[in-house]
Amino acid sequence: MTNDLDIFVGNTTLIDEEVYQLWLDGYSVSDAVSLRLRSGILEQTGATVDVLQSDTMDHYRTFHMLERLLHTPSKLIHQLHFQIPPSRQAMLIERYYAFDEAFVREVLGKKLSKGTKKDLDDVSTKTSITLKSCRRQFDNFKRVFKVVEEMRGSLVENIQQHFLLSDRLARDYAAIVFFANSRFETGKKKLQFLTFEDFAYCAEQMIQNWTLGAVDSNVDDMDVDLDKEFLQELKELKVLIADKDLLDLHKSLVCTSLRGKISVYNEMEANFKNLSRALVNMASKLIHTKDVRDFFIDLVEKFIEPCKSDKWTLNDVRLFLTQYTTSAHNLDAFRHQALWDRYMSTIKSCLLKMYHD
Amino acid sequence: MPGKLKVKIVAGRHLPVMDRASDLTDAFVEVKFGNTTFKTDVYPKSLNPQWNSEWFKFEVDDEDLQDEPLQITVLDHDTYSANDAIGKVYIDIDPLLYSEAATVISGWFPIYDTIHGIRGEINVVVKVDLFNDLNRFRQSSCGVKFFCTTSIPKCYRAVVIHGFVEELVVNEDPEYQWIDRIRTPRASNEARQRLISLMSGELQRKIGLKVLEMRGNAVVGYLQCFDLEGESGLVVRAIGTVCTLDKISNTAFLPACNSPSKEMKEIPFNEDPNPNTHSSGPSTPLKNQTYSFSPSKSYSRQSSSSDTDLSLTPKTGMGSGSAGKEGGPFKALLRQQTQTALEQREGSPHRFCRRREFPFFTLTAFPPGFLVHVGGVVSARSVKLLDRIHNPDEPETRDAWWAEIRQEIKSHAKALGCHAVVGYSESTSICEEVCILSASGTAAVLNPRFLQDGTMEGCLEQRIEETSPPGCGFFHIPYDELNMPFPAHLTYCYNCRKQKVPDVLFTTIDLPAEAMVIGKGCLIQARLCRLKKKAQAEANATSISNLLPFMEYEVHTQLMNKLKLKGMNALFGLRIQITVGENMLMGLASATGVYLTALPTPGGIQIAGKTPNDGAYEQHVSHMQKKINDTIAKNKELYEINPPEIPEEIIGSPFPEPRQRSRLLRSQSESSDEVMELDLSHGKKDAFVLEIDDTDAMEDVHSLLTDVPPPPGFYSCNTEIMPGINNWTSDIQMFTSVRVSRLSNINLTNQTLNKNFNDLCENLLKSLYFKLRSMIPCCLCHVNFTVALPEDEVIQITVTAVAITFDKNQALQTSKVPAEKTLQRASTDNEEQLQFPLELCSDPLVSQPFSPAKEVLENAGSHTGIPAAQRAASLDKASPLAEGHLRHRSVPSCTNSTVSVVKMTPLSFIPGAKITKYLGIINMFFIRETTSLREEGGVSGFLHAFIAEVFAMVRAHVAALGGNAVVSYIMKQCVFMENPNKNQAQCLINVSGDAVIVVRESELEMVPVQPSAAVSQPASAGDVTT
Repeated sequence: MTNDLDIFVGNTTLIDEEVYQLWLDGYSVSDAVSLRLRSGILEQTGATVDVLQSDTMDHYRTFHMLERLLHTPSKLIHQLHFQIPPSRQAMLIERYYAFDEAFVREVLGKKLSKGTKKDLDDVSTKTSITLKSCRRQFDNFKRVFKVVEEMRGSLVENIQQHFLLSDRLARDYAAIVFFANSRFETGKKKLQFLTFEDFAYCAEQMIQNWTLGAVDSNVDDMDVDLDKEFLQELKELKVLIADKDLLDLHKSLVCTSLRGKISVYNEMEANFKNLSRALVNMASKLIHTKDVRDFFIDLVEKFIEPCKSDKWTLNDVRLFLTQYTTSAHNLDAFRHQALWDRYMSTIKSCLLKMYHD
Repeated sequence: MPGKLKVKIVAGRHLPVMDRASDLTDAFVEVKFGNTTFKTDVYPKSLNPQWNSEWFKFEVDDEDLQDEPLQITVLDHDTYSANDAIGKVYIDIDPLLYSEAATVISGWFPIYDTIHGIRGEINVVVKVDLFNDLNRFRQSSCGVKFFCTTSIPKCYRAVVIHGFVEELVVNEDPEYQWIDRIRTPRASNEARQRLISLMSGELQRKIGLKVLEMRGNAVVGYLQCFDLEGESGLVVRAIGTVCTLDKISNTAFLPACNSPSKEMKEIPFNEDPNPNTHSSGPSTPLKNQTYSFSPSKSYSRQSSSSDTDLSLTPKTGMGSGSAGKEGGPFKALLRQQTQTALEQREGSPHRFCRRREFPFFTLTAFPPGFLVHVGGVVSARSVKLLDRIHNPDEPETRDAWWAEIRQEIKSHAKALGCHAVVGYSESTSICEEVCILSASGTAAVLNPRFLQDGTMEGCLEQRIEETSPPGCGFFHIPYDELNMPFPAHLTYCYNCRKQKVPDVLFTTIDLPAEAMVIGKGCLIQARLCRLKKKAQAEANATSISNLLPFMEYEVHTQLMNKLKLKGMNALFGLRIQITVGENMLMGLASATGVYLTALPTPGGIQIAGKTPNDGAYEQHVSHMQKKINDTIAKNKELYEINPPEIPEEIIGSPFPEPRQRSRLLRSQSESSDEVMELDLSHGKKDAFVLEIDDTDAMEDVHSLLTDVPPPPGFYSCNTEIMPGINNWTSDIQMFTSVRVSRLSNINLTNQTLNKNFNDLCENLLKSLYFKLRSMIPCCLCHVNFTVALPEDEVIQITVTAVAITFDKNQALQTSKVPAEKTLQRASTDNEEQLQFPLELCSDPLVSQPFSPAKEVLENAGSHTGIPAAQRAASLDKASPLAEGHLRHRSVPSCTNSTVSVVKMTPLSFIPGAKITKYLGIINMFFIRETTSLREEGGVSGFLHAFIAEVFAMVRAHVAALGGNAVVSYIMKQCVFMENPNKNQAQCLINVSGDAVIVVRESELEMVPVQPSAAVSQPASAGDVTT
């Protein structure tokens, strides 16, 4: 005797969060059943494998039907087909758009194109996340990107409004969109120690300070693209390293104020010019797309790695960057104070976030 | 009373893309009523068109208003080719026709296409202006209220309960017309949907006319069914109970019930206009009537079971000499009687006469004092051969069929000393050209004062003086004990010790609120299959007729055994369904077992072996006996049945011991010689003996023991309320579950078939318990099983029920260790869960005013505390990622959802809420078809989506009427057909219920709900105290 048809439909759509997670994780029905079996659910409820199988199938069917709506969460809220309490709707959306750390680190900064999608099986093998789940996460990134890419207004708010995500998840997506748009390189071996959270933080800083939205809140793409004018102006900072006097003066100001406060004073003094050159050179080159992409590699190679090799502590880095930034204000010959602050505050935040093992 | 129907098309949303090139749609709407059609402008290139049309006005007769549905078609404009239909919405405007119900229909309706399902939504506003017109000969019956609820609706008072009303209309089924060969499946489905909508409108109008003639103003317990007779046509029939209802707030008398009508209201209960000389059947309260075990009756089985008579539909209309064919002077007599009855009804201007013909009530719950005595279940079945209905305007054949059956029911009731039948219902099962008509009810003696004018005023307020004390009076036998129609074991009522009661009582009604019970009830099912040879027409009908009595007997035995095994002594809500298929018959009986204090404690089950002096065998028997005894003890504990011990001498003495022996039929056959009588005097008194002399009986015993009790924390019943549980929370979940199972083995025997069927039902129940585990402690109420045999070796079971969580503090005393574990876990998890709502409400001043509103939006559950906790308990540790995201689960946008929650329940009430207004009846019929079955997820995917769509459309209609709940919801039909080879499937669903407005009790009182106190027993809250 076989069951050709076996369904359960509730007036209020029944959602099992555990099964939902298994579905999101891309497990097939049979895999999901065996995973549920392992959780000891049968012992708790006295059910049989058949029951579990049928229950899992039912939930998978429901999720399959809901998936279409989850692509446009506002539809899920307004549709009449499934009666779902608002708190459950929120849970469905939030979990559907949630992503795995391992996955996002693979894809962050890559172009969200068909080509990348084709490579997802490699990502799947590497991260041991099922291909199905990888595809869902990738499609989510792409869908959010497409919708907010050319929209005016705050990136986070736009994402929140269109996808009804929680504040934190919307911020994460803002970072993903921002990275995908500027195609920041994040996959290099040297960057592997950085978490998604690090990048997301940096993205937020850059969006807040370096995009068009930071100066004018009423333009297209304001949060997605970097402020070209600003990048152009950054060239002016070159004077800090090109002018020998200025460089020396800057160094002496920093050294004076840090003496006795910083544990790696000697190393700092010896390395000051290299570090300063690195930071200012990066600024002046950011107008080139290629250098924007290498932004994080540059930060790591030219600043973090030298400091690490000299065993700077996080506190040392903080003290140095603070002094390095403020001391420039005391350089009378240096006239780009506002520009300098706009650049350095973000660099400082990023570096501090990134400075860990 | 002509009227003006006004319709405005406001907007659409989420429309499908109809133009692939632009990914957009140029939508417009056609509004059709009767033969008039209006169109909106085309709203170009949008999936969310804003038509904002003018008011389309239809000036129509109220007859049309009642019959016709408003038909709204959404189309995609195409300049060069034909416009493509996106989908339709049918709106029944009946609720707008009576003054107290809805005044406007306004809201979003899903746009439905029979091939593609729901495709977007449309916002429509509908109004009706009625002009008063006192035409005496009017054909309309506007103003008569209809209720599916089988009790007096909550905010009404019954002034008079007039009685039975029935009507049927027939037509050709469009699916079988010649034109169907050339039209598209969509056109065919739509023709069918429209026709059925029209027919049910017409039927309702005709019933309404009868109600007005009877001076009633409402039909309660309205049950409308479709018989898809295939080639021979389509029958829509309805039964109900006519009442004069009065709004409780409104104490004024209705002018309709004044003296001129008094004459008609005289109820000749004591004299029978049609003496039923042919009546075979003394009905037993225990045994189903249709075959009598009484030795005093000498009819052969053939003649005694008038239920199984086989009649051929006469080719030339009704009544012309078909009697001869069926043999027996007896049938001819019956035929004549029904015929005269029919003649009478056609000729006579006093149509009320015929209504008195059947003192039937479709109600299952009654005002206190209404029910005086309950006799037992009466039922009748009849096998008929279908033939084409030649003249749709004269549905006499079908009428006559039902008249016959009703007549039989009536005579059975009479044999039980009862003048009325309550909890009455009718059903059919059709396979090819054979049709089984069934009717059943509970014979009862009613308080006549409720049924007449003038005197009823006082009845409702004060209890009638009765010799029997309240709480047991209805169980006292209505028949004369010295002249019993059947053998039964009578004792003095255990409650009052004045009157006699039977040892077991079966009924089709709900447990009266005043009845005194011990412990809890439980769902009891008897399941049975019988193989049948494939045969054609007459031979087929004969073989079915021959099988029926055996089936009924077996079903009855099973019910009795299972009842004893549960240690209970009465069944309520009994519903026996016999389904006919190509090569088998299925019987499924469901009922709720309870322990009535008035009835004697049931004896155990005794097993008797037939092979004496066989050591191993004896051992086996005693082993089985022990198992059975253990099960009974366990069940008594589980259902908290612990009746007080009563000294033996008080119970029996004043009368000579009625009968020490109970009679048991093991193997039934044609001749009565083979009927075995077992002398049980050697066994325990009152014991029920099972003889295991053959493998068949062994199977029976085994199957008794294989029925697994529901897991801890679960109870189930098929009645409105579960005896012993009254602390319901407002967390409810109505559901429909469907299973279709293919029997794989070719060499089927009755035994394997029985086992398969039994497993199918048990597994389905287990599955439900598992799915609803988050609602523990919980009771499945109104569990309604329907069996269909769509093809050879295919069984389809449909279950609709509602799960209601109750307050565990009072109810879970018996919970075992695992249950306690869950509870503990629940409480700890609950604390964890509580943290985030607290985090969210960082500003308590702001968040507090919002919470009540949110609660309305939310589907009750998550705020009551218990379910949330339980849900948490059921949640296994999800992946760490998920938990991480749980931390910041705060989505502000979700609280402003525009979709209002509509609760649905098969019960007549919503726990924890009060019905403030009835908005009208919901009666909807849908067809869904697919030619891409695989692509839609196979049969399961197809039906899952369709049932979800049906729910959605019901909810949308209720919401548009301004309601927030559907009570007495029932899925009357779910016909599923598939053809996997062609990648096709089709399904028809018919649902009905009452749209209502409910207000949460907590909001009414403006006091926070304390689950134990405020949620009182809602079933009969207010007017009944137990």
